[in-house]
Amino acid sequence: MGKQIVTVSVNGKKLEKAVEPRTLLIHFLREECQLTGAHIGCETSHCGACTVDLDGASVKSCTHLAVQCDGSEVLTVEGLAKGPLLHAVQEGFYKEHGLQCGFCTPGMLMRSYRFLQENPNPTEEEVRAGISGNLCRCTGYQNIVKAVLHAAAKLQQTEKEAA
Amino acid sequence: MNAPIDPKLLERTAALQGMGDSRLRKEDARFIQGKGNYVDDIKMPGMVHMDIVRSPVAHARIKSIDKSEALKVPGVIAVLTAEDLKPLKLHWMPTLAGDVAAVLADEKVHFQMQEVAVVIAEDRYAAADGVEAVIVEYEELPVVLDPFAALEPGATVLRDDLAGKTEGAHGKREHPNHIFTWEAGDKAAADAAFDSAPVKVKERIFYPRVHPCPLETCGCVASFDPVRGDLTTYITSQAPHVVRTVVSLLSGIPESKVRIVSPDIGGGFGNKVGIYPGYVCAIVASIVLGKPVKWIEDRIENISSTAFARDYHMDGELAATPDGRILGLRVNVLADHGAFDACADPTKFPAGMFHICSGSYDIPAAWCSVKGVYTNKAPGGVAYRCSFRVTEAVYVIERMMDVLAQQLGIDKAEIRARNFIRKEQFPYTSAFGFEYDSGDYQTALDKVLAACDYKGLRAEQAAKRADPNCPTLMGIGLVAFTEVVGAGPSKMCDILGVGMFDSCEIRIHPTGSAIARMGTITQGQGHQTTYAQIIATELGIPSEVIQVEEGDTSTAPYGLGTYGSRSTPVAGAAIALAARKIHAKARKIAAHLLEVGENDLDWEIDRFKVKGDDSRFKSMKDIAWASYHQPPAGMEPGLEAVHYYDPPNFTFPFGVYLCVVDIDRGTGDTKVRRFYALDDCGTRINPMIIEGQIHGGLTEGYAVAMGQQMPFDAQGNLLGNTLMDYFLPTAVETPKWETDHTVTPSPHHPLGAKGVAESPHVGSIPTFTSAVVDAFAHLGVKHMVMPHNAYRVWQQLKESGVAL
Repeated sequence: MGKQIVTVSVNGKKLEKAVEPRTLLIHFLREECQLTGAHIGCETSHCGACTVDLDGASVKSCTHLAVQCDGSEVLTVEGLAKGPLLHAVQEGFYKEHGLQCGFCTPGMLMRSYRFLQENPNPTEEEVRAGISGNLCRCTGYQNIVKAVLHAAAKLQQTEKEAA
Repeated sequence: MNAPIDPKLLERTAALQGMGDSRLRKEDARFIQGKGNYVDDIKMPGMVHMDIVRSPVAHARIKSIDKSEALKVPGVIAVLTAEDLKPLKLHWMPTLAGDVAAVLADEKVHFQMQEVAVVIAEDRYAAADGVEAVIVEYEELPVVLDPFAALEPGATVLRDDLAGKTEGAHGKREHPNHIFTWEAGDKAAADAAFDSAPVKVKERIFYPRVHPCPLETCGCVASFDPVRGDLTTYITSQAPHVVRTVVSLLSGIPESKVRIVSPDIGGGFGNKVGIYPGYVCAIVASIVLGKPVKWIEDRIENISSTAFARDYHMDGELAATPDGRILGLRVNVLADHGAFDACADPTKFPAGMFHICSGSYDIPAAWCSVKGVYTNKAPGGVAYRCSFRVTEAVYVIERMMDVLAQQLGIDKAEIRARNFIRKEQFPYTSAFGFEYDSGDYQTALDKVLAACDYKGLRAEQAAKRADPNCPTLMGIGLVAFTEVVGAGPSKMCDILGVGMFDSCEIRIHPTGSAIARMGTITQGQGHQTTYAQIIATELGIPSEVIQVEEGDTSTAPYGLGTYGSRSTPVAGAAIALAARKIHAKARKIAAHLLEVGENDLDWEIDRFKVKGDDSRFKSMKDIAWASYHQPPAGMEPGLEAVHYYDPPNFTFPFGVYLCVVDIDRGTGDTKVRRFYALDDCGTRINPMIIEGQIHGGLTEGYAVAMGQQMPFDAQGNLLGNTLMDYFLPTAVETPKWETDHTVTPSPHHPLGAKGVAESPHVGSIPTFTSAVVDAFAHLGVKHMVMPHNAYRVWQQLKESGVAL
């Protein structure tokens, strides 16, 4: 099958790769970019384990083609931390025991990262709705909700301090 | 009973993040940064990919398989069918339950999505293209889906390969579709109790087929090195050592040349105990091609073909006095095992620990019988977040307690209290022969009833029932369950002849840090965190410098793996006893260094101190160094130990759960207003992790009770095999959980711990049903079949004449 060149910025790094037009974004990230943080859980957009940030929106990379991302900016879980500094959502998940097997975690983190930009000061119910595209089989979500609220508070605090 | 708290232990816990500390998880750093290492993350040089051709029909003869077009597909390297596996005698494989299962369909397919052929290709896309191009011609046969119909005379025979075999692995087979009949208890005594009892109740309790559905599907990377003749396989397995033994037996490769690695596992819940055809085919393909072969199933394959759970048709009966004291219990089960008997149970127990079905109650006479049957459905029968059919057992007894309470007009809390095994009766031998180690059910019940204001809830319910305009029906569910976990004593429990012990090896390094290797494998339970806490407390070494490794058979001592809540009860005990061997040696070294007798030493947080003289001590760090540098004359250098722990008994965690639901009379939508879970898992190692496990188990229980099902149409097509149809609750539906605990240590476990992760699943499912049925109890409804989704509850509203 003929290949097509795509140019994508992944975690701030510009990459140019030749891919089959049918290559899914999740396979592009995992196989071509060696970024195995995002996972495949269902292939039908239900579980959200493959969630990444694409041009400022959460997308499920198992139902997105790599060629659709030509010229786009992709952020994955590997790009969340700034050097040794964890992002607030990562810290929240760690401190509030928001993960167990860890398989849904990269998707959950990426969704939480975007959700807190859409709604920086959410209620518990809003967090639950905000992450409802991401399934977790281990935690029962209660601690994930706490983790997102922890991150929200921390981000607001940081913003206040910066101001 | 709450165990007294030793102040010294608290001090040690605080100083070292030992047992009892809500230590944050050591695993998390890699998972939150996308650095987990799951099977599909593994890449090897020259690796190729495998995909599976599956049957679109549930029962058929294979007339032909044409590979030729598939072999022309760009990138396709090979196509294997049963014919190719035959010369290796690998077209069938033994199951854990004493049956055989087809690796690739041999002349016949027995269920929809059964493995028919495999395609190996350069990449996963080409492999999928190849699968599409394999042409299989089927001659369809009548489909048998109802286990009752399967046993009728003249029923279509499913297993041609068993023709003429009247003896199975568990005794006589009475019908070509019959697998086994297994009994426990005393039938004559139970029958006698029923003959003379003034009150009898009977109910058909069906536990539908469900699937554990971990978020990561199954898969492996098999790599056979033709030069060295050794095989390494990375695999999604909850029991890597058992896989190594089976692979060696099947392949003829010496076990010393087989290395099985379970890396990070994305949830198991029983689904990753079995050995699936995909694993075998990937290994064979790697041996044939001399290249690493990766196989990762997709979600539809996972739900359709890997191990299901439950599918028990249970007839429960209780005999009782008019004041609700139980005199006898009988349970008759028809168990739908699908096309091959591939249940994962200890060898001698084809229905697992189902005979825990006398529950938390002092029942003088009891008997149960379980009959296994073949149907045209996928094989399995694993313990979905439970210990070997304990979920089914707890479900039937707890449902029957409600049925009896309703029949007699006795409150469901009261009838349980009247029949509890009292705390002074422990150790208690049940009518089925289990020796319950410890328990205090009444205290747990009282605590829950008080915390939830049970009387107040009943008053509210009565007021709502009295109001014909009330838009909701209110139901209160209550369950007091006992589990049997920690399999198990090798005199009773083995898998393929290997006793169900578990193991731990601890090495203390010269500088005082430590590594522990285990026969278990975490799938989210946080072993790397909690096991280190046990060692910290036992040895006075900070948790932070204790490394825990599991899952690699080339480094870890042999163990039976993680399922059936056995990690803490069995492996946790192995850790404690290995650590105690080291502790004993450390004491000798300390006495030698301090030039005093061993009895002159006190064990403080992290050191041995000369009695009465705080200035003279040797810390564990000093002792570790000395053990490599200047051990006492005649003593082996080094500081390490191995322990294989064969438990003397199972452990019996218990709990009391209460649930309040409000059912919308217009839609049947059921809102869980409150769920209160009190668990007693004995000694608690990491309360944060325990609570997390309970949240997760309750959520899985909620999924089973309220939405999960695997319906088949008349042709045997599974109608719910994607996450579009198969219910996994999101954060929106999932109730908010309240947790509580009592602590009744196990007297026979070195730490007093009993295991916890499955209790919330086992205990919550009957609690939801109890609550939903309770909403209709005043209308004469005694039982409703799961799942209690809105449509089914709405049907009940219509039937009971209360729909709005």
